[in-house]
Amino acid sequence: MSKKLHWEDFEVGFFGSFGPITVTREDILDFAREFDPQPMHLDEDAARDSMLGGLAASGWQCCAFLTRLMVDGWLLNSTSMGSPGVEEVKWVTPLRPGDVITLKATITSKRASRSRPEMGICFFDLEMVNQRGECVMTLKNTQLYERRHHEVEPSAETAKGGRA
Amino acid sequence: MIYVTYLEDLPLRAPVVLGSHTFTAEEVKRFARKYDPQPFHMSEEGAARSHFGRLCASGWHSAAAWMQALVAHRSESAAERTARGEPVAQLGVSPGFRDLHWYKPVYVEDTITFRSEVIGTRVSKSRPTWGIADYYCTGTNQNGDVAISFISTCFIERRPANRGCSEPLP
Repeated sequence: MSKKLHWEDFEVGFFGSFGPITVTREDILDFAREFDPQPMHLDEDAARDSMLGGLAASGWQCCAFLTRLMVDGWLLNSTSMGSPGVEEVKWVTPLRPGDVITLKATITSKRASRSRPEMGICFFDLEMVNQRGECVMTLKNTQLYERRHHEVEPSAETAKGGRA
Repeated sequence: MIYVTYLEDLPLRAPVVLGSHTFTAEEVKRFARKYDPQPFHMSEEGAARSHFGRLCASGWHSAAAWMQALVAHRSESAAERTARGEPVAQLGVSPGFRDLHWYKPVYVEDTITFRSEVIGTRVSKSRPTWGIADYYCTGTNQNGDVAISFISTCFIERRPANRGCSEPLP
């Protein structure tokens, strides 16, 4: 049997802390130049005068780093079938050059897929924290994983797949 | 003009095309190596063995490309308004977003067209010179299928005469 994490292996409650990743100034500038070239993500002086109060990462880069923490933390060691979406993201504290970020993951609930017996669903509350213990962002996310025993009783109807 | 006019001048429920982007294999893999190194985003071979079947972009790459389109669109709109002698409202930070759906994978060579529309406006309670707008944002592929959608929230400047007033918007 595969040692990878299946849906059955995820338990409701605190799941773990993952990381850290150190975010460099070059990381922030590289991402901003390509995807979010606003002065507050590119220029120290403009950033100081903005709501961010200093150079800070694009919020979308924060989401990307949060994903990296999940991928390295457990997704690569899992039967992940991806994610249909994100219920809510709050950007709480700016992510600054030199920040060291970790991820706290909690599973709030889980259920089997109604339409796909090979798949189960986990609902995660994710929090990115910096080296000062401040919450950088929160993210509520639905994640799909393979189930261990779905292959026991396949049927023509369920093999067609479909929405969760 | 939905990212360059004052809060009071934002048209409701009027979708605007921000721009389009065609995702190349090189950039899909580059984004994945840095932020989302799962097999279906990293290589054609890994994707072929996955439930996606073909190499596809990280969902956050799709979202970041929407931001890229927004910033480019805003620059163009701001230049047009400046050329006409019209004011350009400042766009503030975003406190977050909600209801993000990845409906379809974004495969390599897909062309995604990004749109936004204003679905609600209000005055900021904590920063009375600013308003807050909610935007319904989508990315649609070349087959007309919505691949990604979400509701983003953004601070945007109020008309100068209204700043500091707490009364509701007209």
